[in-house]
Amino acid sequence: MNFWFDPVNFIAHWLNSLLVGWGMAEWLAALIIQLVGVVVLISLMMVFDVFLVWVERKVVARFQDRLGPNRVGPFGIFQPFADIIKLIIKEDITPDGADKVVYNLAPILSLMSVLLLWAIVPLAPVIFGVDLNVGALYIVAAGSIGTLSIIMAAWSSNNKYALIGAFRQVAVLISFEIPMIATMLIPTILAGSMGMNEIVRGQQTVWYVVLAPLAALTFLIAAIAELGRSPFDLNEAESEIVAGFHIEYTGMKFGLFYAGELLHAFTFGGFWAVLFLGGYHFFGLENLGPLVAVVILFAKAMFGYWVIMWIRYTVMRMRIDHMLAFNWKFLTPVAFVVLMLTALMNTLLRNTSSVVYIAGMLLTNVLLCWIIVEILRGFSRAERERTEGVASATVAAHH
Amino acid sequence: MTAMQIFFLITGLVILGSALMVVTTRNLIHAALWLIVTLFGVAVLYAILNASFLAVVQVVVYIGAIAILFIFAVMLTRKEMRDRGPQLNKGWWLNAIIALLTFGGLFWMLQSWNGFSKTAADFPSGYDAVGQLGRALISPDAFVLPFEVASVLLLAALVGAVYIAFNRK
Amino acid sequence: MIPLSWFLILSAALFSIGLFGVLSRRNAVAILLGIELMLNAANINLVSFWRYGDISLMAGQVFAIIVFAVAASEVAVGLALVISVYRRRNTVIADELDLLKW
Repeated sequence: MNFWFDPVNFIAHWLNSLLVGWGMAEWLAALIIQLVGVVVLISLMMVFDVFLVWVERKVVARFQDRLGPNRVGPFGIFQPFADIIKLIIKEDITPDGADKVVYNLAPILSLMSVLLLWAIVPLAPVIFGVDLNVGALYIVAAGSIGTLSIIMAAWSSNNKYALIGAFRQVAVLISFEIPMIATMLIPTILAGSMGMNEIVRGQQTVWYVVLAPLAALTFLIAAIAELGRSPFDLNEAESEIVAGFHIEYTGMKFGLFYAGELLHAFTFGGFWAVLFLGGYHFFGLENLGPLVAVVILFAKAMFGYWVIMWIRYTVMRMRIDHMLAFNWKFLTPVAFVVLMLTALMNTLLRNTSSVVYIAGMLLTNVLLCWIIVEILRGFSRAERERTEGVASATVAAHH
Repeated sequence: MTAMQIFFLITGLVILGSALMVVTTRNLIHAALWLIVTLFGVAVLYAILNASFLAVVQVVVYIGAIAILFIFAVMLTRKEMRDRGPQLNKGWWLNAIIALLTFGGLFWMLQSWNGFSKTAADFPSGYDAVGQLGRALISPDAFVLPFEVASVLLLAALVGAVYIAFNRK
Repeated sequence: MIPLSWFLILSAALFSIGLFGVLSRRNAVAILLGIELMLNAANINLVSFWRYGDISLMAGQVFAIIVFAVAASEVAVGLALVISVYRRRNTVIADELDLLKW
């Protein structure tokens, strides 16, 4: 075995022979190697998170037609370090009447729920944390731990505005889990398994975004709502409730929430890439070696993250009742209809040639999209006529 | 004492300890949070039993939905954020005796069954338990009817809960 | 390695603790918490009997999923009732809810 083609197993074997050679028991060596793997993965993701702070600030600056950080280091690349040092040296205030254990546990759980997700991302054909055969549901489960941390943070802060922000945020989070699960089932149907490795292997010939573009779009919208980012960012509605559920957090605890949110956005960019954009496949380049595959996956995840940031800095925030109505009256029915149609077309076209299959699936999606747009146009036309009827009636009554 | 047995003992202690905290702690929000620890311990137990789908569904359904519903209900049914008054009934020692008798009765009844101490067969590697479960849930000579009835039950509960809790001004 | 008896004793203990919670707590929401513990104990029993019996017989896991659905619907309706009662009587202590509609 070779380092270039199988780095994880190579290092694991080398460490194992080293530890057993020092006289350690076999099971203890295996346990320590697994712990080392966990620590390495978490450290890599947290270091990458620091880089993400810089990316976020530069990209938002460019969207807003300004330069962004450019003082600290070339192109402002050391800006996140300045941010982190500022957060660490801030005074750590715990509000009066707060519940200390829950108050301190909430930011840790929030970051933990994001780091748990990186255990199942297939970084390369041979580099992954664990090959779980229920990977798609595991994503939702880790998201529920994040939802829980929001309630814990808000309740233990002893602050009314934190509670209001958290109630709205949690209502949005648990509502948008449903279209997310429904659209995550579509790559499951197309690949035949819920495991992330199987889903990526199924995209070897054609990416699932070609077979189910409407599902990819719905998953993206539901994921943005799950992240708590604009246009669904009621928890950070700075003009409304200051900072939502993390009002009372200062210093590095707020830093944990902030870093967790950015890493969460990048993680969902990564999952969008894994589920729909083909994972580490890129016209055969990934066969050059696992590290090339990792670079390809991170590039696609960065693209997904950039799309999420683009939507954030372009679209205005939605009101809470519009948000929930959008979910229950539009996104959930669309997600279920797409799921049923994809399952039906997959069963009907499964044994035909691949060109007919791709064309059939693509055509179904385009047709469904056109039907939805026509229905929406009908609704908006009725609404417009109703308000114009009222307006012209009031104008007529004035004269 | 193999590693699996030690792991099971730790999980069992966590489950029982947090369950005791659920039924004895004064602060109701803390009781709901201890319930979350118990539910997480039960999910770990399902993973030990190789029922991986059930472990993840336990986290999603119980912790992600039911526990959050409990926390919301606790916050919505109080005039102030502190609990006051005794939180256990008078005569709780009688209830403790009843609980101990129940445990004793269950234990005695189970240990007189001859399969009580059997050990598990090895889980066949590569066995697609999730796929088999899916097939069992939708095949007509397996369990499709209870599955559909459960979904009708959920619909009825959804409509009923919305109707009951609706705030008619 | 782990005998079935350990799982059964664990679920019996969890059931008894849940029973104690249901019988002796005054707050209605806390009684529902005890009911959740009892449902989880039953589920542990179902899944361990599936594992220690014939693995190809999926009845244990299917029944456990049905219990998930039943528990979720029962908690939803139960908490809706508790919230509705709180709106009318301003209390959720089970001892004080002892009059029918007057």
